[in-house]
Amino acid sequence: MRETNPSKVFRIVVLAVLTVFTVVPIYVMVTSSMKSLGDVQGAFTWWPTNLTFQPFIDMWSTVPLASYFVNSLIVAGSATILSLVIAVFAAYAVSRYRFKGRSVFTTTVLSTQMFPGVLFLLPLFLIFVNINQAVGIQLVGTRFGLVITYLTFALPFSIWMLAGYFDGIPRDLDEAAMVDGSGAMGALWHVVLPAARPGLIAVAIYSFMTSWGEVLFASVMTTDENRTLAVGLQLYSTQTNVYWNQIMAASLVVSIPVVVAFLLLQRSFVAGLTAGAVK
Amino acid sequence: MRKRAIIAGAIAAAVALVAAGCSGSGGSGDSPSGSTITYWASNQGTSLDNDKQVLTPVLNDFTKKTGVKVKLEVIGWNDLQTRIQTAVTSGQGPDVLNIGNTWAASLQATGAFMPFDSAAMKAIGGKDKFVKTALETGGVAGKDVTSVPLYGLAYGLYYNKAMFTAAGVQPPTTWEELVTAAKALTKDGTYGFSLAAGSYTENAHFAFINAAQNGADFFDKDGNPTFTSTGAVDGIKRYLDLMQTDKVVNPANAQYDNGVMAVNDFAKGKVAMILSQNNADSSINANGMKTDAYGVVPFPAPEGGKAVASHVAGINLSIMKNTKNKDAALEFVKYMTSEDTQSTLGKPYATLPVLEGAKANFTDNAEEAATFQKIYNTMSKPLPLVPAEDQFENTVGKAMNDMFSKIATGGTVSASDIKAALQDAQDQVKQSMGG
Amino acid sequence: MSTTTSADNPRGAGLQTGRATAATTAPPKRRKRQKGWWLPLALLAPAIIFEIIIHVIPMLTGIWISFMQLTKFYIANWSAAPFVGFKNYAVALDFNGAVGADLLRSFAITCGFTVLVVGISWSLGMAAAVALQRKFWGRGFFRTLFLVPYALPMYAGIIAWKFMLQKDTGAVNHFLFDNLHLGGDKPFWLIGDNAFWSIVVVAIWRLWPFAFLMLMAGLQSIPEEVYEASAVDGAKPFRQWRAITLPMLRPVNTVLLLVMFLWTFNDFNTPFVLFGNAQPAAGDLISFHIYNASFLTWNFGSGAAMSVLLLIFLLIVTGIYLLVINRRSRRA
Repeated sequence: MRETNPSKVFRIVVLAVLTVFTVVPIYVMVTSSMKSLGDVQGAFTWWPTNLTFQPFIDMWSTVPLASYFVNSLIVAGSATILSLVIAVFAAYAVSRYRFKGRSVFTTTVLSTQMFPGVLFLLPLFLIFVNINQAVGIQLVGTRFGLVITYLTFALPFSIWMLAGYFDGIPRDLDEAAMVDGSGAMGALWHVVLPAARPGLIAVAIYSFMTSWGEVLFASVMTTDENRTLAVGLQLYSTQTNVYWNQIMAASLVVSIPVVVAFLLLQRSFVAGLTAGAVK
Repeated sequence: MRKRAIIAGAIAAAVALVAAGCSGSGGSGDSPSGSTITYWASNQGTSLDNDKQVLTPVLNDFTKKTGVKVKLEVIGWNDLQTRIQTAVTSGQGPDVLNIGNTWAASLQATGAFMPFDSAAMKAIGGKDKFVKTALETGGVAGKDVTSVPLYGLAYGLYYNKAMFTAAGVQPPTTWEELVTAAKALTKDGTYGFSLAAGSYTENAHFAFINAAQNGADFFDKDGNPTFTSTGAVDGIKRYLDLMQTDKVVNPANAQYDNGVMAVNDFAKGKVAMILSQNNADSSINANGMKTDAYGVVPFPAPEGGKAVASHVAGINLSIMKNTKNKDAALEFVKYMTSEDTQSTLGKPYATLPVLEGAKANFTDNAEEAATFQKIYNTMSKPLPLVPAEDQFENTVGKAMNDMFSKIATGGTVSASDIKAALQDAQDQVKQSMGG
Repeated sequence: MSTTTSADNPRGAGLQTGRATAATTAPPKRRKRQKGWWLPLALLAPAIIFEIIIHVIPMLTGIWISFMQLTKFYIANWSAAPFVGFKNYAVALDFNGAVGADLLRSFAITCGFTVLVVGISWSLGMAAAVALQRKFWGRGFFRTLFLVPYALPMYAGIIAWKFMLQKDTGAVNHFLFDNLHLGGDKPFWLIGDNAFWSIVVVAIWRLWPFAFLMLMAGLQSIPEEVYEASAVDGAKPFRQWRAITLPMLRPVNTVLLLVMFLWTFNDFNTPFVLFGNAQPAAGDLISFHIYNASFLTWNFGSGAAMSVLLLIFLLIVTGIYLLVINRRSRRA
């Protein structure tokens, strides 16, 4: 199908505007990371007056960046995988079954998104302490506690979105698979999941980024050894100085793996995974 | 009907689950030697790592002397208050911790911190060893304090010697001289003054100091807020007027939400004077200004006003009430407030000693050290020692932020505007005090 | 050939009200339990357990706290806090009092902020998703580029904007006044009234890639043939968008708009990092306002009451939203 001219113009204008909007702050970040501290604090210049890569070296020692990075990776990665698994099951149930209490479940889960996060903090901390006293599992100050917290934070949205994507996959496909002898789980695994792949990836990205960037609970639930990146970046702002250039440098460096992952994942957003399946 | 019962039951169960974790177990310690105490230190150095490096040899020394091991955690200021809140709420926390001394009365009201009764005071070396005004910050007057001073800080008026000589001005000894000097120095793109006009904590501090110079207090002796006195309004007005009518402060300072930004301006020679606490020295030096290029005088009061140059700033040391290692904790406090430790830590943290008769060593400039010592020991007044102190800082500080903002964006703030804003702040504090 | 697409099943992710469900799909109630009735519950069990521990119990606790005067005096022992009934609510809703008036103003600002941010972010996300729908060389690059703000640590992204919006040393003023030579004084962007627009722009910058991501994923499930068929029938691109893309994205959009609304309304980090200690009145968003007015000063009872009021408001809005959506879908 040939693209019409208005379509083309629309595409070019949209892409141009959004590119500028996206790129300018990133450009500022990149050039700031290559300026000396005095330079950064002074009047803004589009290009550094004294180009320097020192911030990229200093940033590893001002703050234990490497250790924070690893912690973040472990916590966010685990939370994402667990969250995805739980959400897939739950979404399948919500999408494919009409059971008693379905609306109670969805309403409750929905209402958790309406409370300011700050209010959860103290009660959650207390619950963890209680669990520790009752069962002996240490949750405060461990990565495990943080993983559990994050996977739950990501659940509501993940369940809805996945249920929404599943809704878009015709039931006929499930039934076809079940007629062939596999149970509901088989239908899920062989038919629904592959068809919902873009949705799965989008939700996985969301889960990961939510855990990756969360600050409030990480600041309270972690100690020196398992501090995450999101909290750690704030530590470049110290009593004596705020090391802007190092913050920028550190942010860019830790984002590179994430961006690379995006680059690889976006290839999976391919059209027509469900098309033709029923014909 | 059943549904309601279920919901009520659920809430009760939830509450029980949560509340059971409150007020953790207590218990006194046995012989301190061999035990381990947990210590939460605040960020005083150039980075959390730097704090660890500075403290570790000091702590090792302590372990050698007493056999008590110390588990150290350094916490940034962003998180310290939240961490303390969770520790107080859950009962799970350190044995000893640093607190901003302005929090002392508020924290005392939670009841989670150990009061230093006469036995405890004796165990740490007696209360007379501390600078009197510093010890007063430890809690509400009339009750045993729940914290003791650890590091001392005070505001001083830093001035650029070269700029002053060039303009033919002397360091000011009264407020009026200050304004005149600042005006003479505001020209050709440099300003006489830089203020952290967007930092609500600094604004609250100076509201207090200026009012104190007028003899006015923000709380009366019963702990009721008295924000709208003439002394307070006048004090705030002259501070605001530095930007508004005297025009010796760059309006862009209304964006400065922490003191470091003002210090940077000073170090780069963009302004002639700043008001900063003595630990600004490290920032100033780090930004390229040498120690002999600047001098310090006390923040002056108006002619005839009270000689209050600063509030008693600094860090206090507290022991959690439910600590299992009381004796070890007391030993630790004694050690940290001993003369040797004080002079060891004073230099890297650029703080003043809290001990009566001790000499400041945070800078090689003897004159500066003596000035700050004088300010801290004799010219400083503790911020209101009431549990609502944090609400005072919050409301009054934010009101001043808004007023500076208004001035910077071209509006005007009159004395009646100030009074109205203070009334509003007072109402907020009264309402949240349950009044 | 029949492809049961989501156009025929515009129900959204199970957000139906119970009645509509029964009216359209449920088989007649059986006396006997169906075979495998336990399966959906078993599938939900892990989610339910985690939600209860991490979300529900803290929420119930928060509601309980709102009826207490839980201040610093009682924080170490919650059960000793005095029960004050609706007093916290009364103070928060007394719009003549200092606390209530501030809360109302913050609420109004947040409403305006949310409508603008969600509307614009969604539009940008949709525009980008449509613009990148057709394959062309470089599409992968753009898809990745637009997600970079989402990939960056939130703190760094907002700090970069804070830099750019400084009055004298910021890039924005530098560009407008030093490069483009616009007349007049350089305005403040972080204090005063302009602060509202600053926070709107920063919020959009951070939110629109998320909308883009979700819409892009959603678009992938629309087969090319549908567009081709309509083009043969003479449909222009805009008509295609209205008649094909939008309806087929309905399940995704239903959820997406709702969560964008809820998250934006509750946004705490953006004002916190952008303005730091210098919070301007024009940018006083409600989540941060509640934190400031209560948690910062250990006044948890009051903060909890304000949060519950916020919750009630959002529940009402969500309820109306879902009602409207379901009614529309039944008419369709």
